Amino acid sequence: MTNSCFPPAFIFILGAFLIPFLSGRIRSIYVIFLPVVGFCNLISIDVGTMMSVHFMNYNLTLVRVDRLSLAFGYIFHIISFITVIYILHVKKNLEYVAGFIYAGAALGVIFAGDLFTFFVFWETLTIGSVMLIWARGTKESTSAGFRYLMIHATGGLLLLAGIVMMVTKSGSINFGFIGLTDTASWFIFIGMGINCAWPFLHTWLTDAYPEATIGGTVFLSAFTTKTAIYALARAFPGTELLIWIGVAMAAFPIFYAVIENDLRRVLAYSLVNQVGFMVVGIGIGSELAINGAVAHAFNDILFKGLLFMSMGAVMYRTGKINATDLGGLYKSMPFTAIFCIVGAASISAFPLFSGFVSKSMVMSAAGDKNMVFVWLVLLFASAGVFHHAGIKIPFFAFFGHDAGHRVKEAPPHMLIAMGLAAFLCIFNGTFYKPLYSILPYPAIYEPYTLSHVMTQTELLFYSALAFTLLLLSGIYPAEMRAINIDFDWFYRKPLNSFELIVAKILNGLNEFIDKIIVKKFTGSVNKFAVEPVANLTYFVLYPVLENMNLKDNQADKTNEQTNQQIIASAFRSGTSPSGIYAACAVLFIVFLYIFI
Amino acid sequence: MEIKEKKQYTSSGESLTDNHERDILDKSEKHIFDDPQNVKRLLIIFFSSVVLLFILDFFVNKHGHFPWENWTGFYAVFGFVACVLLVLVSRFILRPLVKRKENYYD
Repeated sequence: MTNSCFPPAFIFILGAFLIPFLSGRIRSIYVIFLPVVGFCNLISIDVGTMMSVHFMNYNLTLVRVDRLSLAFGYIFHIISFITVIYILHVKKNLEYVAGFIYAGAALGVIFAGDLFTFFVFWETLTIGSVMLIWARGTKESTSAGFRYLMIHATGGLLLLAGIVMMVTKSGSINFGFIGLTDTASWFIFIGMGINCAWPFLHTWLTDAYPEATIGGTVFLSAFTTKTAIYALARAFPGTELLIWIGVAMAAFPIFYAVIENDLRRVLAYSLVNQVGFMVVGIGIGSELAINGAVAHAFNDILFKGLLFMSMGAVMYRTGKINATDLGGLYKSMPFTAIFCIVGAASISAFPLFSGFVSKSMVMSAAGDKNMVFVWLVLLFASAGVFHHAGIKIPFFAFFGHDAGHRVKEAPPHMLIAMGLAAFLCIFNGTFYKPLYSILPYPAIYEPYTLSHVMTQTELLFYSALAFTLLLLSGIYPAEMRAINIDFDWFYRKPLNSFELIVAKILNGLNEFIDKIIVKKFTGSVNKFAVEPVANLTYFVLYPVLENMNLKDNQADKTNEQTNQQIIASAFRSGTSPSGIYAACAVLFIVFLYIFI
Repeated sequence: MEIKEKKQYTSSGESLTDNHERDILDKSEKHIFDDPQNVKRLLIIFFSSVVLLFILDFFVNKHGHFPWENWTGFYAVFGFVACVLLVLVSRFILRPLVKRKENYYD
């Protein structure tokens, strides 16, 4: 085993910078091959590799390949490959470049063996992702991008603060298990939590993801939250607080998802919900639970990507994404509809689909530890996710009331990408052994027991029954052209008003001070410095000056100024007759002599 | 009621003009769910499978972590009640609290 290799992140990031020099077919071939080259490089690196470089008195571990990072490494390459095929219609370079920098940064984070490398790639992640949001080029995406950046910059600073405190204290930059012990670890914990979309910190996700480009959202859904899951699994496994955070994440977004009109925002809420399962798994911290979290992250990247791709294809063809504007698309986009249903079945954890083999590991781990409440909430969330992501998404887009769109099927490259993701969703769900074999711990879990298949099918069918009956009875909330405010309201409304009020106060203060200090005070000081001297000179030299008649020396003979005023003005402009200066100087010396 | 909306979902760098809605298919063409009979058939299949599942439940030996998992119909009742509650809470509690006009933040 050698400890040198080519860092996987560099293939993507350096590769991204070549994209602007290519165009047309060559660029398409290049971007498809980049993840393939990356993947070949990844499988050539031995497990256990620690590649270090020396940098400023520290040993940076650029690449640490162990089973935890490797599982994420595989799926990040797979989803990059699929997504890049999906966006082949895009003409501009920006999305490809940003996408690869973003994916590369995610690889950098998961393979980073020290906190410094980790932090640098963590921040690159933000830069790559915000470019994918801004690439949309609408007013909404621009402002959502700024809000996204603001939150992630804050998160990054918290993380940095924690890292600096930790490194100062321990002297080691090694990135491994941290655990919630001191202030530094809390900073790191919350910094990671922001990227993980914890409750109240989640709004950057539901706000910005639906505003990104069609392909951008597919990229986004894969990397930011999953790198955060990786980081938490590395640094805080078994932290009890994470169980409760995860439970909240799994539960509350489904309520929002039910009433949300923008279908990509529905998926964003269900993304938070699915990440909740992973966070619970990390919080439980047993081998089964960590395996479950990683397996679910792996599957979620595929099925959530697939769902975002199918909604992106709908948006690409119809130009619409609100449930109120869609419906009946199975007629014109049948393949997209089928792929969407595969994604929906996978996220709902139907037997033979990928969610079934991974979500149940986390629930089983909760059951093993006899966590009644956690288990019940997760079961509720499982039923709920089927309800909003499993039924609502396909139903309102492809079935339901026919909105009258008669469009072409999605372009071939999109269908290929969706087909690949759909294939992997079914493959992972049916032949789960390969997936289980790459998990961090030996997987002895058996998902296909008669009891599990039966109970899960029952749960899902009766959830569907509830949906059907509520829909037929008209109780199901009709989709409305409306938005639903979430926690981001606090920084979009009151904070905004707060900013306006503070701006008013501070700008007022600024003007007031400007008036007092700059306009009045300096003038007075100036006056004070000039006039008493002039007056003193005048009074002392009074007899001399009265006889001298200064007016004769003035250019302007008509000036009616008194001698006193003339002296004052001459002092102000520094143009006194030299005799008077001399007299002043003498006075000054006398003054010094008398008083000092 | 259909309100004509501005096409705001155009993505930069993608010429969407020829991808957008075009009437390339005949709107009167019949599709599988246009026939109410087919919808009815689908519903009948669905309702019978729901009943069938409930019956099957009696014969499956379950081995859950908790005692209530072994109760007959626990998962069925839980799934149904959970979803009804989810919809009722979303519609009658959450929506009145959080719903705003589309241009609320503009």
